[in-house]
Amino acid sequence: MEKTYYKPQDLKKFGDITNWNKELGDKFFEYYNAVFESGALTAREKSLIALAVSHVVQCPYCIDAYTQDGLKRGIEKEEMMEAVHVGAAIKSGAALVHGVQMMNIHDKLSM
Amino acid sequence: MGLKSLHARQNSLSNTDRQLEILSNGIFENGELPRFIDRIDQKLSPKKLEILQINMGYMCNQVCAHCHVDAGPDRKEIMTRKTLQMCLDICKNHRISTLDLTGGAPEMNPHFRWFVEESSTHVDDLIVRSNLTILTANKTYKELPEFFAKHNVHVVSSLPFYSRNKTDRQRGDGVFDKSIKALQTLNALGYGQPNSKLQLDLVYNPAGAFLPGDQKELEADFKKALLEDFGIVFNKLYTITNMPISRFLDYLLATENYEDYMRELVLAYNPTALENVMCTNTLSVGWDGSLYDCDFNQMLNLKINGPIDHISGYKPEINKRSIRVSQHCYGCTAGAGSSCQGALNS
Ligand code: SF4
Ligand code: SF4
Repeated sequence: MEKTYYKPQDLKKFGDITNWNKELGDKFFEYYNAVFESGALTAREKSLIALAVSHVVQCPYCIDAYTQDGLKRGIEKEEMMEAVHVGAAIKSGAALVHGVQMMNIHDKLSM
Repeated sequence: MGLKSLHARQNSLSNTDRQLEILSNGIFENGELPRFIDRIDQKLSPKKLEILQINMGYMCNQVCAHCHVDAGPDRKEIMTRKTLQMCLDICKNHRISTLDLTGGAPEMNPHFRWFVEESSTHVDDLIVRSNLTILTANKTYKELPEFFAKHNVHVVSSLPFYSRNKTDRQRGDGVFDKSIKALQTLNALGYGQPNSKLQLDLVYNPAGAFLPGDQKELEADFKKALLEDFGIVFNKLYTITNMPISRFLDYLLATENYEDYMRELVLAYNPTALENVMCTNTLSVGWDGSLYDCDFNQMLNLKINGPIDHISGYKPEINKRSIRVSQHCYGCTAGAGSSCQGALNS
């Protein structure tokens, strides 16, 4: 077995996913590329959203890819860090808001 | 990052053989990556000669971290008037449409003004690659913007980014503010303004071990930011890939980015860009009159193939030569391609 689950060079092999199922693989990449084209949001804004989401889903490949994408687009490190904080705030907020559930159950069951 | 040239630091990379050795060994020797010559699978030859690019000397008022020339104030290599006269004769006697003056800071050559005055009427496009800060350096140079306008010089200026931090990190403290001032002066003379014949283009190169983003998108970002923040306008933005030679090679090696950067360049190889690489329509003249396929080959001391390798023996037949390539050429063919005129497939 490999010593680590994640290897940076595997990111470059992402396209190989189509080797085992071309039809679905191609559909995915077509969709993926269309999503990141400039539309109502600029490609730059989408890149920052992708960076924030990459951290929320904690995908090392995506973090690598969208940090590099940001550098190529001239996105500043301050902008990148703010985007990561937006992701982190939503993720921690999502955990914390469940405290309301805890409070509800606690109060319902307590005398 | 040292503030001196590799040359002044007596760094082993100031020896061009050492650079070529690095570019040929390791991942290109053990079979992991194909050598450029094997990848292109053909001989590269010039087409029509359109651009004569003259390196007027390696002296520069700046010492940028990425500089492929290894230029700096300590470099004393300067083109003589005699050699410049030979370049001028070629422009007069052969139809060269574009003259591209580079350095170092070409303005620091003592014969610069004479040469611009003499050559401007013999070519369609006279480009001066100016680092901008030289135009604010002292009284002698402060008159240059008017001089440029008078001779209809096409100014191509490097500005790594539209923000102070990124620019100063690559080019040194204070560079951004001086560059902005110089751009405003050029704008006031009509440079870069709509409907003006005075052309002002900017050059962007990445501040690190990554490829430049899309030229059109970056141009739009630069235009918006420079106009909003400083009221600056310009014509085109050229994105240029950092070549893995000289000081940028030193940076890649020191930060252990060399192999990954070369992998990225090779992976991004674009055969369409190969069709238009700079060496196919440009001839580069070194400060001592030696001839090269491009400014990058000049910095690797790869003189052109064939019996004639000096401007004094120039004959149009040298266009039949094959171009000398090595692994640094992957820098010209990666992604949208790269040349002194920016992306090749934009
Ligand atoms: S201004 Fe240009 S020539 Fe001078 S050090 Fe910087 S990159 Fe090199
Ligand atoms: S580095 Fe020079 S010789 Fe090599 S492809 Fe680029 S322009 Fe041509």
